[in-house]
Amino acid sequence: MTDKASGATPPRGFYGPEGGGGGLLSWVFSTDHKRVGLLYLYSLLSFFAIGAILGLTMRAELLMPGQQLVSPRVYNSLFTLHGVIMIFLFIVPGIPAIMGNFMLPLQIGAEDVAFPRLNLASWWVYMVGAFLAVTSLFSGGGAPDTGWTFYAPYSIRTNSNVSLAVLAAFILGFSSVLTGINFITTIHRMRAKGMGFFRMPLFVWSLYATSWIQVIATPVVGITLVLVVLERLLGIGFFDPAAGGDPILYQHLFWIYSHPAVYIMILPAMGVISEILPTFSRRTIFGYKAIAMSSMAIAGVGYLVWGHHMFTTGMSDTSRVVFSLMTFLVAIPTGIKIFNWVATLYRGSISLESPMLYAMAFIFLFSIGGLTGLVNGALSTDIHVHDTYFVVGHFHYVMFGGTGIALFAALHYWLPKISGRMVNEKKAKRAFWLVVIGFNLLYFPMLVLGIMGMPRRYHDYLPIFQTPHVISTIGSWVIATGLVLMFWNLWSSARRGALAGNNPWGGTTLEWQTTSPPPTLNFDAPVTVTAGPYERGEGRTA
Amino acid sequence: MSDTTLAHGAHAPHKDYEGAKTGMWIFLFTELLLFGGLFLVYSVYRTLYTHDFHLAAGHLNVPLGVTNTFVLLTSSLTMVLSVTALQKGDRQSALNTLGWTLFLAGLFLVIKFFEWSAKIEHGLYPGSPVLKSLPAGEGLFYGLYFVMTGLHGFHVIVGMILLSVIAFQVKSGRVHQGDFVKLENAGLYWHLVDLVWIFLLPLFYLTN
Repeated sequence: MTDKASGATPPRGFYGPEGGGGGLLSWVFSTDHKRVGLLYLYSLLSFFAIGAILGLTMRAELLMPGQQLVSPRVYNSLFTLHGVIMIFLFIVPGIPAIMGNFMLPLQIGAEDVAFPRLNLASWWVYMVGAFLAVTSLFSGGGAPDTGWTFYAPYSIRTNSNVSLAVLAAFILGFSSVLTGINFITTIHRMRAKGMGFFRMPLFVWSLYATSWIQVIATPVVGITLVLVVLERLLGIGFFDPAAGGDPILYQHLFWIYSHPAVYIMILPAMGVISEILPTFSRRTIFGYKAIAMSSMAIAGVGYLVWGHHMFTTGMSDTSRVVFSLMTFLVAIPTGIKIFNWVATLYRGSISLESPMLYAMAFIFLFSIGGLTGLVNGALSTDIHVHDTYFVVGHFHYVMFGGTGIALFAALHYWLPKISGRMVNEKKAKRAFWLVVIGFNLLYFPMLVLGIMGMPRRYHDYLPIFQTPHVISTIGSWVIATGLVLMFWNLWSSARRGALAGNNPWGGTTLEWQTTSPPPTLNFDAPVTVTAGPYERGEGRTA
Repeated sequence: MSDTTLAHGAHAPHKDYEGAKTGMWIFLFTELLLFGGLFLVYSVYRTLYTHDFHLAAGHLNVPLGVTNTFVLLTSSLTMVLSVTALQKGDRQSALNTLGWTLFLAGLFLVIKFFEWSAKIEHGLYPGSPVLKSLPAGEGLFYGLYFVMTGLHGFHVIVGMILLSVIAFQVKSGRVHQGDFVKLENAGLYWHLVDLVWIFLLPLFYLTN
């Protein structure tokens, strides 16, 4: 870890003997929120890599019409696993589990989360769920082939290993609930002296809203997934039309969770952006309260829009109109955030380092994702694009272009705090452009394909669809190259980068007040807060 | 759930009574939503198959169901008494009432076991040939009956494990008059188990 050229090293901080030292056991049994956050970081990124390889395989198969690499049956398993791994193992825990764990106590001036042992337990529960999910690929009747939504009645009839995969998703949900409970309690009970709710950083606000969704929505999908397992094992018949059950009821129960879940994924990402923009425009955030409250509004309204996944699967017209209206309402708090971010930039002293570049890319890509979402949310246009590549494109713009890019922004922003060393900016910018250009090459053609009428989840296609598919597959190679460069750069910067010091970016929130990396107890002395999180000037904290 | 921040290094242990209670209440909220999903399924099928539900409910044993309600309500009473006793510093009395709570929980499960056995003996279990010959609504009713009382029974078992662990901690003095939040949280959990049953009784037994 030493910088041979200069001989300078950052302080050991929580990596040192006081935090438990470097042994493997001292990590996997550590209750230090920073170590738990890093455990999540490495686990999640490993699964992200697996999910990405599955995605690349699908794109390679789709390079030409007909069968290239994999049989239709294997293709079905590929998109199921890509979805299950990316959603349940990577993007739902995502930013809260990694950055929330690491930064939440630092940002509110606390020593740790409210329940440190529970925090560690939630990582172990996550690993058990992940292990089962991976096991389901190689055991039983073969990898699940239902799609990540496990729609009944196919999910109760297929011979593939759905039971184990569904059980894994249930356990991962449990981990998510535990994290949610922990964060809510932490935010209520552990804030530093002087930090009222409206002096909390916006990332903390977004975690607060996210945690409530985790707590409120996850149990519903939990019980639904248990019912799928019971249905398969015992034949209780709830979702089986032959036994009088209703498969559409399954869809309702599934989306009651899984739609709010997309806000679990995106809200922390918005929180990250709200941290980065004021820092790199050297200004206070514009519309602090509006941004904070819009997080809560998205969490609240987002709970009531699940029906928009089912416009074509059988609902009364009244329900469809109501769900469509509610869906449009979500666009309002989202728009409030985007306008406030842009207003923050106005007359700011903007510097375009790598975290800021990723934040800008977030706003651009997420806006495309959000606007294409309205096409899906409108009743008439949804009929045309439902179950086409348009939905796939929209979803990836929001989830990868939104949450994924925001996670990369967060990694570049907070790496100096986590490792004590700076990111190599030149390499980071090269990787950034490959990622963003590759991203658009990969996903924009999907929007076009969807409008042209290409259905999703197909192993084969008609020759007229080939050009967009070729562009998309080439894009997948460009973004993969960019991602490899980006992670390689982050890794080598964390080991050999220039020393960061406490506050390399000129950030105003509390995590920048302590050393990089922080000591085990985060702050050398108790923290007292005397001003808002983004106010600049002397004496704002004591 | 009643975990408190462990001290790092030389700091004194951070004990946050309010925090531990907050965490527990939020956890109970998630439990309510877990059952809430099932209550939603119940209400949908009861609306669709009102007549079948009415007929199927007639086969359940009302006296046993009501007896079990009294058993659980009494166990909630002994649970409260246990918490109060420990708060007053009467450890022995706290342990005795906790013992009664565990006994009543066990009794509940025994009665439930006989009820389930009788149903299974009559061929009334999910996927059975008898149920398949009955109207679809009756099959769904028994599906819901076994899933909901089963999930509730599972919570009773978890509660018993939880209460046993805490009984040992009261005995060893780790949970005491000055630090009783674990016992109190376990009590909250136990009341939830009780509360869920209070809804299950009328929905299954008393709708005939």
